[in-house]
Amino acid sequence: MARETGESGETKSTKVKKHKRRKSKKESKTRTVHANILYDHTKGGDNPNRHYANNKIKTTKYTLLSFLPKNLFEQFHRFANVYFVFIALLNFVPVVNAFQPELALAPVVFILSVTAIKDLWEDYRRHRSDKEINHMDCLVYSRNEKQYVEKYWKELRVGDFIRLRCNEILPADVLLLSSSDPDRLCHIETATLDGETNLKQRQVVRSFIDLVSFDPFKYNSVIECEKPNNDLNRFRGYIIHRSGRRDGLYKDNLLLRGCTIRNTEEAVGIVIYAGHETKAMLNNNGPRYKRSKLERQMNVDVFWCVVILLVMCLFSAIGHGLWMFQYGDKRPVFDVLSPEGTDLSPVVSAIYLFLTMIIVFQVLIPISLFVSIEIVKICQVYFIHQDMELYDEETDSHLQCRALNITEDLGQMQYIFSDKTGTLTENKMVFRRCTVAGVEYSHDANARRLAMYQEMDSEEEDCTSHGGTLPRRDSVTSHQSGKVVLRSQSTKSHRRTGSRAEAKRASILSKHTAFSSPMEKDITPDPQLMDKVNECSSQMEFMRFHSQPLNQIPPDLCDIFDFFIALTICNTVVVSSPNQPRQKVVVYYPPGQLGNFLEELDELLSKFPEDGTPLVLLCDFRLSLTNLQFNRPEHDLQHAFSPTPPNFEKTKALAQDECELRYEAESPDEAALVYAARAYKCALVGRLPDQVTVELPHLGKLSFELLHTLGFDSTRKRMSVVVKHPLTEQITVYSKGADSVIMDLIRPATDDCKGKRQRKILYKTQNYLNLYAADGLRTLCIAKKVLSKEEYASWLQHHLEAETAIQRREELLFESALRLETNLQLLGATGIEDRLQDGVPETIASLRKAGLQIWVLTGDKQETAINIAYACKLLDPEEEIITLNADSQEACAVLLENSLHYIQAKFLCNPRPDPQAARDYAGIHFSSPVCSPASSGHSSPFLVHRLGLVIDGRTLAYALDKSLEDKFLAVARSCRSVLCCRSTPLQKSMVVKLVRNKLKVMTLAIGDGANDVSMIQVADVGVGISGQEGMQAVMASDFALPRFRYLQKLLLVHGHWCYSRLANMILYFFYKNAMFVALIFWYQFYCGFSGSAMVDQWYLIFFNLMFSAFPQLITGTLDKDVSAETLQELPQLYMNGQNSEEYKPYMFWMNMIDAFYQSLICFFIPYFAYVDSDVDLFTWGTPITTLALFTILLHLGIETKTWVTLFFTVALCYNASCPTCFSPSNTYWIMQKLLGDPIFYLLCVVTPIAALLPRYFYRACQGTLFPNPVHMGRQLDKLPVDMRRIFLSQSQMKLGSLGSLFAPRAPFFPLCGPFQKDYRPRVKQTHMSGTKQKEKAIANPIPSKSMEMRDTPLSSKNSDNHITLNFRMQEEVQSCRQGSDSPLPENLHCVKEPSSPITGTLPYTKDTPGSRTILDSTGLEAPLSPTDLCQVELLTSTPLLPQTESMQLMSPPRSCFLGQKLDDEDHSNQKSLLKQAGDVDHTHSTSCLQEHSLKTTFL
Amino acid sequence: MMASSYNAKDEDGHHPGSVGSGGPGAVKSKKPDNTAFKQQRLPAWQPILTAGTVLPAFFMIGLIFIPIGIGLLVTSNNIKEFEVRAVAIATSYSCECASLNNRNSPRTKDFSNVFMYYGLSNFYQNHRRYVKSRDDSQLNGDKSSLLNPSKECEPYRTSDKKSIAPCGAIANSLFNDTLELFYIHPNGSRIAIHLVKTGIAWWTDKHVKFRNPGENNNNLSIVFQDTSKPVNWRKPVYELDPSDPDNNGFINEDFIVWMRTAALPTFRKLYRIIQKKKDNMTPTLPPGNYSLEVIYNYPVRSFDGRKRMILSTISWMGGKNPFLGIAYITVGSVCFFLGVVLLIIHHKYGNRNNNADIPN
Repeated sequence: MARETGESGETKSTKVKKHKRRKSKKESKTRTVHANILYDHTKGGDNPNRHYANNKIKTTKYTLLSFLPKNLFEQFHRFANVYFVFIALLNFVPVVNAFQPELALAPVVFILSVTAIKDLWEDYRRHRSDKEINHMDCLVYSRNEKQYVEKYWKELRVGDFIRLRCNEILPADVLLLSSSDPDRLCHIETATLDGETNLKQRQVVRSFIDLVSFDPFKYNSVIECEKPNNDLNRFRGYIIHRSGRRDGLYKDNLLLRGCTIRNTEEAVGIVIYAGHETKAMLNNNGPRYKRSKLERQMNVDVFWCVVILLVMCLFSAIGHGLWMFQYGDKRPVFDVLSPEGTDLSPVVSAIYLFLTMIIVFQVLIPISLFVSIEIVKICQVYFIHQDMELYDEETDSHLQCRALNITEDLGQMQYIFSDKTGTLTENKMVFRRCTVAGVEYSHDANARRLAMYQEMDSEEEDCTSHGGTLPRRDSVTSHQSGKVVLRSQSTKSHRRTGSRAEAKRASILSKHTAFSSPMEKDITPDPQLMDKVNECSSQMEFMRFHSQPLNQIPPDLCDIFDFFIALTICNTVVVSSPNQPRQKVVVYYPPGQLGNFLEELDELLSKFPEDGTPLVLLCDFRLSLTNLQFNRPEHDLQHAFSPTPPNFEKTKALAQDECELRYEAESPDEAALVYAARAYKCALVGRLPDQVTVELPHLGKLSFELLHTLGFDSTRKRMSVVVKHPLTEQITVYSKGADSVIMDLIRPATDDCKGKRQRKILYKTQNYLNLYAADGLRTLCIAKKVLSKEEYASWLQHHLEAETAIQRREELLFESALRLETNLQLLGATGIEDRLQDGVPETIASLRKAGLQIWVLTGDKQETAINIAYACKLLDPEEEIITLNADSQEACAVLLENSLHYIQAKFLCNPRPDPQAARDYAGIHFSSPVCSPASSGHSSPFLVHRLGLVIDGRTLAYALDKSLEDKFLAVARSCRSVLCCRSTPLQKSMVVKLVRNKLKVMTLAIGDGANDVSMIQVADVGVGISGQEGMQAVMASDFALPRFRYLQKLLLVHGHWCYSRLANMILYFFYKNAMFVALIFWYQFYCGFSGSAMVDQWYLIFFNLMFSAFPQLITGTLDKDVSAETLQELPQLYMNGQNSEEYKPYMFWMNMIDAFYQSLICFFIPYFAYVDSDVDLFTWGTPITTLALFTILLHLGIETKTWVTLFFTVALCYNASCPTCFSPSNTYWIMQKLLGDPIFYLLCVVTPIAALLPRYFYRACQGTLFPNPVHMGRQLDKLPVDMRRIFLSQSQMKLGSLGSLFAPRAPFFPLCGPFQKDYRPRVKQTHMSGTKQKEKAIANPIPSKSMEMRDTPLSSKNSDNHITLNFRMQEEVQSCRQGSDSPLPENLHCVKEPSSPITGTLPYTKDTPGSRTILDSTGLEAPLSPTDLCQVELLTSTPLLPQTESMQLMSPPRSCFLGQKLDDEDHSNQKSLLKQAGDVDHTHSTSCLQEHSLKTTFL
Repeated sequence: MMASSYNAKDEDGHHPGSVGSGGPGAVKSKKPDNTAFKQQRLPAWQPILTAGTVLPAFFMIGLIFIPIGIGLLVTSNNIKEFEVRAVAIATSYSCECASLNNRNSPRTKDFSNVFMYYGLSNFYQNHRRYVKSRDDSQLNGDKSSLLNPSKECEPYRTSDKKSIAPCGAIANSLFNDTLELFYIHPNGSRIAIHLVKTGIAWWTDKHVKFRNPGENNNNLSIVFQDTSKPVNWRKPVYELDPSDPDNNGFINEDFIVWMRTAALPTFRKLYRIIQKKKDNMTPTLPPGNYSLEVIYNYPVRSFDGRKRMILSTISWMGGKNPFLGIAYITVGSVCFFLGVVLLIIHHKYGNRNNNADIPN
């Protein structure tokens, strides 16, 4: 949850002036702003503001003149470009040149110009949007015309007075000097800055508050303020009037550029910062640049290419030297002297040749690869953007890719770190239940209503409000006008601003005001509580009428009253009315009559000379003042209770549409509570900076004087308001906060009767709180405290000091708040429901099936988090949960140690604590090529158990300590799901960083609020949810999603595609270039290593750029290995990318070898076909080029036919074009000649086939012998649509069979657990539909059998496998039954025997020796039984059995045997159990091994 | 008062469609178009390579290639080729006559043309600097290039302050032996066989790429008067074939053929054509003894070179070369063999997959 109220304490501080420290600051650290009208515009020489930036913005990088040099300079930052330019320049050296120098420049120029054109276009777009923004209008006061005139934004200068109208966008950072609002407020919407759509109040500078109309000519003050900075939440300075008086300036006085004026007809301000110095502009950072994993991998291989290149060059050079040497002094005619006529020695010419060869072989370094990758990625981003399924109808927003260059990383994620609130849940807070004074009000009706909403979920956004049209119109306006500014905000990235506008629009469309769908607003009150409220208020009215003191009301009623008052006022909700869109409800109260005593205090204090008054004196004075203030209660009371306020007419009119009052809150649960209170007729009707108006039944409107607001912060986890109660005149503190903190602050009254009651309440409430948490509700506690005047005064003194302090102000305020929030009296607690987003459990399940580890990091309390985790299937009821709650570092260490032991004990072969052992372990067991991924990160999935880890924030802090982090990781990574509760934003990012750095895995962080930003930034891929909580997360993210569930398609489909496309494309590029270069290399053996090429230099250079690159680009963009449906249905296919299976290091070398083989074929078949003939150089070389191209394209696939013809066309044109150009390698008419030559065609047929034969054969064999999951997916795609549907619908069941096919990957399917669970009921379903016979057969043995299988060590990882086996068993049994009788009973017996433990979820959980024997019997004796015999036979039918077998060894047995039982049991109990279980496991493990060996012998 | 831009936007907001949430056309929806392209549903054919699917391809290739290979092999074997290696032995510039005895004589019963080649081995005509060492525009008859040849020709660009025509190393190393073929009649008389000098170069080379400078000036000696002959040449370019003005100068076909640099260090170049008899009744070269007379000019000793003379007929697929046939047969058989292997694999494993994959 993002709350930005951190500095709201500042609000009050405007009333105090104290600038001693300011004054002492150096002038250079501040900016002084004078009004411009004092100076003549024409002679700007003496204007002190002239040095400040004007309001013209220029976000372009280049000007017409600077474009070329600057752009080139930037491009040469890329190493590859420098390399290519170096090569091109090398070509200009006569002794080494290989090509025509000009020609060699062509590719480099091409690449550079493509990039330059792209940059130019982007810059032009920026220029255009700049221009548009610079030419927007605003009203500026003109000195000459003595009125406001329209001017362009760009003409605005610091010191100008501007007049702003409603819905206008602020052109610069403006200090608010006057407002048409009676309270001298100005409302702004900051959506463009932070995405928050609620209104924020800004105040007129204090010294101008009393001015009715602001006259610029009378203004002659000087403003001193900070230098421009990018902190949106800070502004400090002071204004010096001519009288010498100083007034402080705070962020509440500043209107920021880009915000929109709302609800305020007119405002006047003076420009403080303009143009690039505005906070909004300073906050704009360029797009983020991340390097994807694939690219990093690629760079390694580029390096290898360089090595290969050098080796080849060296080889050629030596060859040339030797060739020269053999002729000795006799110089053959064909060995032409150098141009200078000098005779080169073999050594020198070898050195020259080395350089020449670098030029000739330059194609090996894929020059166009970098450009191609960029192009492909842009196309991929485009397609992701265009995906309909990632479009959210509700918010009219779709996925945004904010980072362009990491699309393929999406396909390689291994860990997902998710925020809970707003990410997994809707962040639509719904008031569910509450408890007041120890009595629970269950709100059953409300629950029913909510259930109804859930059903008609889709309609929840329909227009229930009357004002539907108007606000929409308004919001559209604001959106569109907003967009213009948005662009102005972007210095570098347009994408970003676009996204802002989109998100903003989305939030506006979905709801007219922030956080208020009808579901949240319409709360059905609990009748019981309603009665009490009514009773309470009628009593109060009665008492007020009879002037009786209010404390005679029974305490529970009083508590109820206070409870609702607290709900209503203890927040920062702004009230607005919908039919006057975004207009504040104007309710006039007699101003000043209630007396804002602080204001008066200010006035009084200001009379003292600021520096002279001793502090003590000041305090005394304040005290007396306070007393003075409290001496006029009657007067105040009268007004507060006046039955007909002076403006009764108006209020009444408003009362009619009172139900339409809208509450705009910074956080949704505030709004939820206010709406809840309103349901009980306790409605918030108005909020001013110093006064809150509440309407109560019977009592009418009550105005609470708001003395202080101690805003929410994540450390305190609570907020408080200090008000003066209008009925009792007491200074009351209402606090609202997380139960954990509030409960600690409760101090029951010492007096006996009261204290007893309060203790009882405390106890009961705590119980209810636990209940709420168990229901997954967010709990908040409401408490109050009544301050005596003395207490208040003494606190106030400190507080004022804190507020006025300039250094450490935040800390002091924090301390001050802590001082106030003590000894609270508990009123009650609320339970707010935060519904899960649609499809979250499914998404999590499928992501998990895809092999992703999901960690949830939330700020919520542990119980709530666990419940949500259960609800979204993150935790499984059947899995064990390790909970870590430690109070100290040592305790934490012990806990970690224990859990580590526990895990080890439980899962026998888990030697992780000793890394050395782990490595050995991996070395021994994972040596088969399929399952020996190079990086250590890959080994982690092997060791994931069915365990959940829950850790709270405090323990996390200890666990993240350097000394413990390894242990923590060891524990965490072996758990299937990890839940971190009560974690701070910093901790979130630390966890991500830790996992990323230590485990070397790809991490994805997803979140929606400001508290997730750090985590999003740390992760490899950050995903922001453009949800309810503003845009900070989106701003920081690489991808922005409207909903969590879209993550599934984004990762599983687009991630997979992007990854496999790019991986294949990169590999192909390497292959292609190596193949082509190798052709020339072979030729060197036949031309005396002279660096000659049989391929025309044009082909040579453009081969890479044109002929072979385009088809590759197209496949790189559009290729689909598996269809989207299949990818989503079979999340397992995602592992392909996780394990980098498309692009492994060895694949590069395989490709290289293949390339060399193919080039050999392509070279030597034409060689032998033409050997000893009259063929000339290029007549021979062109077929080779053609063949190579054919081979390469055939290699690529099918979409390439068009491009082959392209080559022919180009070749024909080129060869016919000019008989004399292109010397020396004149290729005139060669292609034409060739096309008439039958040998050419014959070659074209045989060579590519011969060249591709091995690969084709290999692929075919691979397809049959060891198909990988992707292959299976493709096969699925091939099926006709209906077949596929049938298959996929059964896929849960049949996955098992697929799994058996995926057998080599079986270890990569560590998370098949959930699937198995899903599968069981479905099995039954299918059987229902199946034949009777089958039904019969299955009914008994299957579940039991599968259970048995679970016990064996086999089952833990390869459960998929076993499911198939089970099915086969079926048939076997069946056939047995039909066939011979004799094996049947045994079979059945064997199968049935273990069925007894099923119900008890396995014997040895109970830890009884008896059950252990059962285990043994299943474990050791079973293999000897016929069942297992046939099982073994079945196993053999899988070709990959050896692999499976080896897997079995390392796969520890399933953990679920501890199951549910333990979940319910005590933690300590659990631990004691564990040890025993561990012992059991050891014996068990040995038995497993024995069994295994038995099996192998069988085989 | 209001800024005009805002007014305009307000009007947009008034759009009738904007009533009701998500009303069609209310606000231009960001919803992506549902087109096959944008949703990446373009039709595509994705072959799945399994033993089963590629089996037919392998057998097809095998079945097609083997007959083609046999055909090629037969064709190649039908080509008569006769080679005289002895030519290369001589080293001196003197005239030598190699007489060919009975047995080795070409006995062609073909009625087609017989092509006469000279062959050189170990001659790296494809050396990088050698290949470059020419000036195509000079050869194309460009006047200015004639007098000022391209730098590429260095160091064979000028001699005696005159530009060399034709310049460059290729031209300089022109093969200048003279070969003559005599039929030794059984009665002992030597009958010179008519060797046709023209038609040995590509038509495009002769007519487009190579041209003599000074368009219509038939007197080439005047055209080339300001140039000097290449260093190794004995006579200037305009005396290459004084008998035939259409075969003289740059468009001399022997010269053109030489200028087309060979791809490999061992190569042959077409020298003469022995045309078939007009009556179509007698073979082009009747069986019998022939003698070859070589006027030796060209030194090959320095680079271990060898000279050869080849007489050959050609077929539709060019000269004699059994390799292509063999290659086809080999590839065909390999495919066939692999096909069989795949068949076995398919039988053993392929079925299992399908069963597991597709539920009955």
